[in-house]
Formats: sequence, C-alpha cells, structure tokens
Amino acid sequence: MTARLRKTVDSFRRTAGGRAKATLCLALVAALVACTSYIEIPIETPIQPKLDVSAFQRIFIAGFIAGANEDVDANMETVRLLRSQLRNKAIMRVIDADTLPLLEVAEQSGDGTSTPPVPDQQAAAPAQEPGPSKPPVFNEEKDLEPYNHIFANVAYWKRIGEEFQQPLIVTGSVLFAPQQRSGFVQREQEVYDSFGRRQVVPVRTYMERKGFVLRPTFIFIDGRTGETLHTETFREEILYNASQQTPALSSYFELMDRLLPAFLNTLSAQKIKGTRTLLK
Amino acid sequence: MSVCPLVLALFVVMASAPHAWAEQRGQAKEQIEFGIQVAQRGLWKEAIYRWERAAQLDPTYAAAFNNLAVAYEHAGQLAKAREAYEKALALEPNNALVRQNYDLFKEINDRATQKDGRQL
Repeated sequence: MTARLRKTVDSFRRTAGGRAKATLCLALVAALVACTSYIEIPIETPIQPKLDVSAFQRIFIAGFIAGANEDVDANMETVRLLRSQLRNKAIMRVIDADTLPLLEVAEQSGDGTSTPPVPDQQAAAPAQEPGPSKPPVFNEEKDLEPYNHIFANVAYWKRIGEEFQQPLIVTGSVLFAPQQRSGFVQREQEVYDSFGRRQVVPVRTYMERKGFVLRPTFIFIDGRTGETLHTETFREEILYNASQQTPALSSYFELMDRLLPAFLNTLSAQKIKGTRTLLK
Repeated sequence: MSVCPLVLALFVVMASAPHAWAEQRGQAKEQIEFGIQVAQRGLWKEAIYRWERAAQLDPTYAAAFNNLAVAYEHAGQLAKAREAYEKALALEPNNALVRQNYDLFKEINDRATQKDGRQL
C-alpha cells in the first residue's frame, strides 16, 4: 500500500505541477486517516436546578450587603442584573420593589437577637441613598462578617415575606474590591530565527498587575418561614496589566457574566453547551 | 496413536478465539459507526442503544464506552456518563481524547452535584 502510494506520488512529481499534486495527494490521505478515527459533536448537557422552587410564584431580590465602592455600587448593580436576568428567563414573577436597607437593619438589630423594624414597601429606601453617615467600605471578607447575622434573622425575613406575599427572597453579600498582584507570569513571545521563520516561545516576565475580585454570596430565603433554603458563594477575579485602564463597572459585568449561569441554575434547569469527541 | 479429545477441543477453541474476537470487534464497530451517524442527526436515544449494544458485543472496546458516556451526558444521565467514561479510561488510560472528554464532563458534573452550593 505504502509502495503503491509512493509510486503514485513519484509519478506526480515527474509531471508538470507534479509537486503540488503530490502534496495535495499526501494531504488528502493524511486528512482521510485523521478523519476516520474520531468526530467532534456538539452536545447540550441539561443540569437540574439545585433548589425546588415550585412552591414560589414570586421572587424578591431584596438587596445585598455590599458597602461602598468608589466606582461601582455592587448592591444596586447586582440587584438590577439579577432582576433583569430572571425576567428574561421568566422563571418566576420578579417583584419590582425598592431594595431593603440591609446595612441599617443589621446595625439596628445588633447581634441579631432583636427583631428590627420592617420597612413597608413604599417606605423602603434605596440602600445607597446618600445619608448623613458615610457607608462603610468593604475590601475584605472579614469586613462583611459583622453584618452576616441579618441573614439568620428568621423573624425579620418572615415579616418581609408577609409584606411581599411570601416570595422566594434572594439576598446576601457582594464583595467587589480592587486587587493588585505582582510576580512572574508566563507570556508567549514571537521570535524570528536567522531564516526569518516565526516562532512563539514562552517567556517568563515580572509584571505588575491589577484588577478586581468579585465574591458574592447568594442566600435564598423562604418568604413563608424566613428560613434560609440555600446558600451559594462564588469567587471570580480578573487581572490586567498595570498600565491597562479598564473601568471597574466593565470588570464587574465581566465577572458577573461568568457566574450568572450557575446562579440561574439554582432556580431553573440549564443546558450547558459543549463539544465532545466521538471515537470510531 | 490417539489424541486426547480434551487437548483437541482446547486447540480448536484457541485457534478460533482470535477469529471470534475479530468478528465481535467488527460487529461492535458497525454499531459504533451507525450510532455516530444517528447522533449526528440528533437521534441520541438510538445512538445510546447502538453504543450499549457495541459495549455488550465487545466489552474491551473503549470507543463504545466513550461514545456512550457522551450520549449519557447529553441526556443528563451524569452518573451513568461518569461510569462509562471511567470504563473507557480503564481500557485506554493514555487516550488523550477520552481524557479530554472526561475532564470537560467533570467540570459540569462537579458543578451539578455540589451539595453545599459553594463554588470556591
């Protein structure tokens, strides 16, 4: 077989333009051999929802403990984004009400043993409305800890549930903070040899990089009982070359975009598209 | 001089074994190829049937288990998919294509089976 192929190729070489034909012939043979062993096929893997939400017809994105960031209001941006995603997916009816002033409520309830007052639907003030005191800045996870007790305050959430006709309540915390890192990174660099041929070689270089870290914790609360049904924490980060100027809001959306499918999968079935290889 | 019938029978069995194996592999291969054709047309249930048949015909055929795993994954039967991928990898531990499929599957499966919801 090989001898016959070589003979055919040799005969091509002897004729005009034979070299091109021989190359084509070899390429075709190589392609045929390669194509016969495997095939790539697109698949869609269905993933069942993590939470059974059949008992709820409405969902209330109540707001998040997010503090202040100079460029991005992580609380309001997260509320807007989640509401819009849930509306698009039509998973449940999204309650369009003001967010809860969770920071104030957490401060008022102190250690979480007392029940803070529940603001009525109309009077609920936006969490980031400028007030007399400057909102705290959260740069680390431990900064959020003093406020976490609010999520375990069953009486408070039950009363919020009653206020909004017992929906599924989504709350939690969102840490969106700048970060800076320096160290050696591996980059690919183009080099040309003495014959002018291009090559790409890995090069280790020291780089100053800056970016953002997004660490949201989503807490799903049963509006009928005030009890936590499910908690989900994500962590995503992005780093850029220190000289690159990327707006914080754009980084925030890029990071949220990565974890949105997993958030939505908590409430509804998702199909994950991918490609797999079938073997012969 | 008489030949022991037992030795003769053993000889016949040994001589015919490679032929029988090749025949089974050939039949399994036919099932695999038909399964691929129908899977490409979106008929995944039929593909599963074909590849299950191929795995029965030749339980040493890694391709049958790999393809079956892909089909189970597409059907959302993740536990069965894991089992089939593991079987394919046990048969061909150095097959990079099966390994790649399995790694991609694990990424999805780990996400789907998280119990405490942590994604860190």
